[in-house]
Amino acid sequence: MHMVKRMNALLLAVAGALTVHAAYAADTITIGMTVSQTGALNVDSVSQLHGAELWRDEVNAAGGIKAGNKRYKVRFVEYDDQSQGGRVQQLYTRLVLQDKSQFLFSPYSSGLVATAAVISEQYGKIMLIGGGAEGKTYELGNKYLFQCITPADQYLSGAIAELKEHNPHAKVAFVYSDDPFSKAVVAAARDHAKAAGFTVALDESYPPSTTDFTAVINKVISSGADTFLGGGHYSDGATLARQLHDQKAGMKWVSLLVAPDSEKFKTLGAAANGITVPSQWEPQVKYKADFGPTVEQFTAEYTLKFKDLPDYHAASGYATGLLLQHAIEKAGSIDPEKVTAELNKVDATIFAGREKFATDPGHHGLQIAHQMVLAQWQTKGGKLEKEMVWPDVARTASVVYPLP
Amino acid sequence: MLGLLASVLDGVLIGAVYGLAAMGITLIWGVMDVVNLTHGAMIVAGMFGVYLLSGPAGIPVYATLPIVLVGGFLIGVALYWLSVHRVIGQPPLMSLLSTFSVNLVLIGVGTAVWGTDLFNVPASLPGFSMGRYTFPGTHIMAAVLTVVIAGVLYLFLYRTRIGKAVRAVSGNREAAELVGIPTSRVLALAFGIGVSLACVAGMLIATMFPFTVLSGDAYQLKSFVVTVLGGLGNPTGALVAGVALGLLEGLTTPFVPVSWILVIEFVLFVVVLIAVPGGLMQLRRRRPD
Repeated sequence: MHMVKRMNALLLAVAGALTVHAAYAADTITIGMTVSQTGALNVDSVSQLHGAELWRDEVNAAGGIKAGNKRYKVRFVEYDDQSQGGRVQQLYTRLVLQDKSQFLFSPYSSGLVATAAVISEQYGKIMLIGGGAEGKTYELGNKYLFQCITPADQYLSGAIAELKEHNPHAKVAFVYSDDPFSKAVVAAARDHAKAAGFTVALDESYPPSTTDFTAVINKVISSGADTFLGGGHYSDGATLARQLHDQKAGMKWVSLLVAPDSEKFKTLGAAANGITVPSQWEPQVKYKADFGPTVEQFTAEYTLKFKDLPDYHAASGYATGLLLQHAIEKAGSIDPEKVTAELNKVDATIFAGREKFATDPGHHGLQIAHQMVLAQWQTKGGKLEKEMVWPDVARTASVVYPLP
Repeated sequence: MLGLLASVLDGVLIGAVYGLAAMGITLIWGVMDVVNLTHGAMIVAGMFGVYLLSGPAGIPVYATLPIVLVGGFLIGVALYWLSVHRVIGQPPLMSLLSTFSVNLVLIGVGTAVWGTDLFNVPASLPGFSMGRYTFPGTHIMAAVLTVVIAGVLYLFLYRTRIGKAVRAVSGNREAAELVGIPTSRVLALAFGIGVSLACVAGMLIATMFPFTVLSGDAYQLKSFVVTVLGGLGNPTGALVAGVALGLLEGLTTPFVPVSWILVIEFVLFVVVLIAVPGGLMQLRRRRPD
């Protein structure tokens, strides 16, 4: 008798647990992603995650995403991809098949996004991309990818436009990391530079693992270049800045990708002074948001939560969540086809800038409205500060040219 | 022409530091037949050593060298007893796996504490210029200190009783035991010195370039190339090979895309392994025959 009672109690508990799980599953949207918690992409990837986490926490605190008559809380399932493509392939499959993710956020960096996109498309999952600027991924006939940041081919267009104002006959050394993102940026910048009337004095890629650029910088000096465009990600970009300074390379203009956007870049001291960086977003840029937080609100909330100023990776992370939320609310459903249709219709300005996705089959999901800004580290009152120097609408200071 | 000369001189300066890093790995291999895969992590330990001592602790950058040297030695001795002692005399794979595991743990802890953020040691020394080319003072200082440290190591190994004991154990461990040399302690000492050299190399590299927790891998790889070029177990050869590798980088970079430099280095690595397995120093020894 006792045995039967105990079995009944056990069954009741299991049934209860299953009911709770069913209710939880019904009112929760699961979003899967990988994050480079370890490995070379850790800094930017974690920043992107922080942005997304802020969005998730704010949405949940407000009662969840409203879709028709229902409200959905947001749950993240995330894994460490170790900054490796092989891990991304395994983990996105797991996120879809085992974790039953309804939507996906991208990993960080073009290479990892290209890998994740194969899986998301294979299973027909919507994936919003906050950190993968290379445009090639969107030329493969994908239907469910949505790029929330400016594509790589626009990264250095601002630097070239601003430089032309000061030196129409610049001699450019392109020195860049041998990775898909940096190569895509420079491929487009090379054409922009030639169209602007600049001379390409040196065109050189280096392995992403390079730690010493002494010989490369001597090559830049030998080429007679007065302008340096390139870099790749954080580590190599900062090393290039330091060595250009230490070796007194005499560049009049230096634009580096990604690295100088981080607040940590100013620990390079004098080597950081005057370096320009194309940025997807900066807190100083004021966009009038059609929905979601204002620039000031996002910056304040992020700083409060993470005790650090947000960079553009954080803004991109938040933007992916905000755009997904917007599409679900417009669709009144979490049905992937309806949400996809709403994402295709997006043409709006949020705190991170204007967002619109290409809908033609040849470029579906490619970002076509968002604009870069160009920031420059300048010394003000003995302190290094990041100022916006391009475009005019975002300008907070005149560009310093030539470099001090 | 001036550009080529600048490139070659810079290559030699940097190459000397590659040599110092490789001396650590080759000393350990020579004495105990252990491929120390914690080498990269120890280089990074040296980098963080100078960063933390010169930044938060406020010690002048180059005054941290003795602290890093001694600290590295103590870490090395501890690592020996923790991960190497029990696999001495076992098949090489055992020590390889053991040191690799420790390396993973150390890098994992480092990543958890510091992330893969970049760190910069603001070292600055006056350099000298040759036309448009400048040789930073930090590079010159690193090369000079490398030569001094290599000289001290040479004197230690060849002129002191303990150094001779290290060489005796390296030559024949059993015979060394028979004449009363406490081999386990000598092995721990050699491992400590090897790790200490890696830490000092890391410290000098950090004065020249910014670094991350993961920077050690690239230098470890380079150390293997240098070690093979110089001959396994030959510290003098490692220093010479480091300079030779730097010279090669300096000579080729002006003419070849930078992406090819690594390829050239590894082709050389394979060629030396096949044609002169004893390293470049073996050629020198052969000449009198």
